[in-house]
Amino acid sequence: MTHTENFPTELTGDDIPMVRFQKVRKSYGALTVLDDLDLDVAAGEMVSIIGPSGSGKTTVLRMLMTLETINDGVIYIDGKPLTHMPRAGKLVPANQRHLRMRRADIGMCFQHFNLFPHMTALENCMEGPVQVLEIPKAEARDRSEELLELVGMIEKKDQHPSRLSGGQQQRVAIARALAMRPKVMLFDEVTSALDPEVIGEVTNVIRKLVSEHKLTMLMVTHQMGFARDISDRVCFFYGGKIEEQGRPAELFGNPQKERTQQFLSAVREAV
Amino acid sequence: MSFFEFLGQYWPRLLGGAGVTVAQFLLAAALGIAISLCMGLMKLAPNRALRWGAITYIEIFRGTSLVVQLYWIFFVLPLLGLSIEKFTAGYLAVGMNIGAYGAELVRGGILSVPKGQWEAALAINMSPAQRMRRIILPQALVNMLPPWGNLMIELLKGTALVSLISVADLMFESRQINATTYLSAQVFGAALIIYYIMARFFVTPFMRWLERFMARKLGRA
Repeated sequence: MTHTENFPTELTGDDIPMVRFQKVRKSYGALTVLDDLDLDVAAGEMVSIIGPSGSGKTTVLRMLMTLETINDGVIYIDGKPLTHMPRAGKLVPANQRHLRMRRADIGMCFQHFNLFPHMTALENCMEGPVQVLEIPKAEARDRSEELLELVGMIEKKDQHPSRLSGGQQQRVAIARALAMRPKVMLFDEVTSALDPEVIGEVTNVIRKLVSEHKLTMLMVTHQMGFARDISDRVCFFYGGKIEEQGRPAELFGNPQKERTQQFLSAVREAV
Repeated sequence: MSFFEFLGQYWPRLLGGAGVTVAQFLLAAALGIAISLCMGLMKLAPNRALRWGAITYIEIFRGTSLVVQLYWIFFVLPLLGLSIEKFTAGYLAVGMNIGAYGAELVRGGILSVPKGQWEAALAINMSPAQRMRRIILPQALVNMLPPWGNLMIELLKGTALVSLISVADLMFESRQINATTYLSAQVFGAALIIYYIMARFFVTPFMRWLERFMARKLGRA
């Protein structure tokens, strides 16, 4: 079924993408959610993924975070395979150890924040660095405080998540993910569960990251205006495939495919 | 003999028995909690042998009578070459029995932690053991405390069975006093009250306090 043993064990050349999906297929039983996906994201690039629900956009991020396994194809991070590992010059499915090693390059923020409720904002940010990266506590604290400062949450650092609003929780979640120093950040509908008046405080943090930090980012979003403002590239997903992609001005201003036009006009009407 | 005259005369023996009951309770609880945690985790393990081990344990200790288990440990194991002193046999049997019930509470508590918590822990690249210990179990514990309160009261009452293998607990002392004095109403009345006081004024308030304490740690209170 899989032909992944013929895939390269490492990407070579001058222009190695930070993320590469190569012929990736994902299905749940008979339902194929992603079909033969090819997608490259360059280092430092901000790519937004838009599309109707059920188009497979969240699955793209979840596969990259290794929250979902893939059925075929290979995902590469920074030129090295993520979902597979080389053995005797060929690629075989990754074991837990390999996944854990490669996963360190990726950070993710979730729609429902998923902060650890039994820890304060600061402890949430320190947990990964102290437990996983084994950074000394004092150093992890300083770094976490810097990040909480960056997301504007330093005043609330000793509060538990239950005392924070949705927007505040999401900002802490962004700091928590950044504390692990990922090369790639994934944002999965991070504003979808927020009240309209607090969406701005989260999008502003992401804007700041885009302008001040050289992070590779993939973002699934329903905020078309936001995607248009900050993305280097926008991918429109439909039926498990990339129907159309391009620079935001092109894709939003002059969509070529009929399905893209339909989706964008439907979204505009809803606003 | 009035009830108070009875108490005046026999309180040292009842108190001594109650002391043994408390000791049996605490030891059985410690053992039961350890077994619950172990079996509850095993039942969720990806490894099939571990899962089956836990299922077998739970089936045996939950599916058969505690008295029969107690007799097995105290009377049958010596025939197989393993003699256990009666005090130890008592809390072993009660603790192992309660552990089977507790295992299901642990399992349920772990499953009640939202999936997003597992995913967030994975996203910061925690190992499965770190994830369980640092993220899932602390939250599972809070969710399972209320049913644990019930189980602890069951456990306290269950310790009365150790009197059947002559552990000198409250029930054993009561039966001894009854056998020599025939003051059944007084002695079993006193036993009833003492068990009630232990459950109502010690076990329950402690569990409530623990619930509040844990809720505070979660920032819920």
